[in-house]
Amino acid sequence: MAVIGVVALQGAVEEHLKQIINTGSEAIMVKHPRQLKELDGLIIPGGESTAIGKLMAHYGFIEAIKDFSNQQKPIFGTCAGMVLVAKELEGSESAHLKIMDIVVKRNGFGRQIDSFEANIEIEGMKAPFQAVFIRAPYIISAGDQVEILARVDEKIVAARCDHLLVSAFHPELTDDNRFYKMFSEMVESSMVSHSS
Amino acid sequence: MNKLIATDAVKRGMAHMQKGGVIMDVVNAEQAKIAEAAGAVAVMALERVPSDIRAAGGVARMADPRITEAVLNAVSIPVMAKARIGHIIEARVLEAMGVDYIDESEVLTPADDEFHILKSQFTVPFVCGCRDLGEAARRIGEGASMLRTKGEPGTGNIVEAVRHMRKVQAQIRKIILMNDDELMVEAKNLGAPYEILKQIKKEGKLPVVNFAAGGVATPSDAALMMELGADGVFVGSGVFKSENPEKFANAIVQATTFYNDYELIGALSKELGSPMTGIDISKLAAADRMQERGL
Repeated sequence: MAVIGVVALQGAVEEHLKQIINTGSEAIMVKHPRQLKELDGLIIPGGESTAIGKLMAHYGFIEAIKDFSNQQKPIFGTCAGMVLVAKELEGSESAHLKIMDIVVKRNGFGRQIDSFEANIEIEGMKAPFQAVFIRAPYIISAGDQVEILARVDEKIVAARCDHLLVSAFHPELTDDNRFYKMFSEMVESSMVSHSS
Repeated sequence: MNKLIATDAVKRGMAHMQKGGVIMDVVNAEQAKIAEAAGAVAVMALERVPSDIRAAGGVARMADPRITEAVLNAVSIPVMAKARIGHIIEARVLEAMGVDYIDESEVLTPADDEFHILKSQFTVPFVCGCRDLGEAARRIGEGASMLRTKGEPGTGNIVEAVRHMRKVQAQIRKIILMNDDELMVEAKNLGAPYEILKQIKKEGKLPVVNFAAGGVATPSDAALMMELGADGVFVGSGVFKSENPEKFANAIVQATTFYNDYELIGALSKELGSPMTGIDISKLAAADRMQERGL
């Protein structure tokens, strides 16, 4: 069985763990970088990217997650998680993990009063996906290798590149588990290539 | 594509993103920046921290909008602000200013000693205080998207927050174990909306996030509230009334994340300087107990 961890420094951790279990994988709450070696896949949850980023840096997660990513092990970032994996953040802010070739604008859709939900089209999914956007970021630009999965108002809100998957919205807040199925397929195929 | 705003998923979901984090009271842009740098998940903009409100006496109102604006402009994390209980207009003004969350708060002098704001009519989400499940369920019924214990604000004394957190948790456990045919009378006894108790029984938990507030003064206090089942922590006077706000802010954030790593909490608590001066609750006159405000 695939083992998928959720970075548990702050944010919607339990919500992701529940979804991982419902998709048939083993879920682990990750509080220390040393736990990464037990994992086949990693989720960086929604939360406050500044708070999670600070704790990540302080507790040695940055190098450990970069190393995890260099092994081509799948990582899924939602909202703050998308901000944290970005190569670059718009404005003067310094980026965190810099592992995905995307430029992200934090709070790109505005403040909380502008937060919304909408049924959006996702590349490769037949029915629309109920996407909850909370002070959501978006992707301003992406490298040539990045596959765009969804847009809202022309803004990129979901994307994939090799072993990396990101969404500006929160699949952890709805019952629809199609993103988790997509991610667990990525994890399972990466396990096959790691064992061979 | 049809965008829906102000849905439960959007309003309650915002509080889910704050989980495991610390929300700090600040009175100016400089404090807001210190809080953000320490890893706060949000700041609460207000004119005075609760211990200063106690000291000042008189009527405590919504902060001067210049303070709230300065804080909104200073940080990129969410900004919350307090409106008086029942003060519909203060809440509308804060919503118009673009704050991310409103605390309909007993720390301020109530504008209505009977009714709370009908929070479901607002786009901006609200957090409200509670001492027991009845109060929690009434606030959810009015549309609160997040709860917190009332505790006893501005005292630096954790005892009331502990009491309120334990009480809510115990009452939830009772609801879960109760037979369905006993629930209506329990709703009457608690003064709680029946439909909300039914939902709590079905889900096995509150439908909204519940933070600790009202008396958190040290990293260990924050960790204690997490241990007791809080989803996160509000720190009012505890940071900026301590001897070394930056150190306290950092230590409280880390102790909240690693609340069961006792060696770490010990290390974080070293050489912090003095926490805020506390107040023994039994020495507090009945009229000075903020938690009694609101029905």
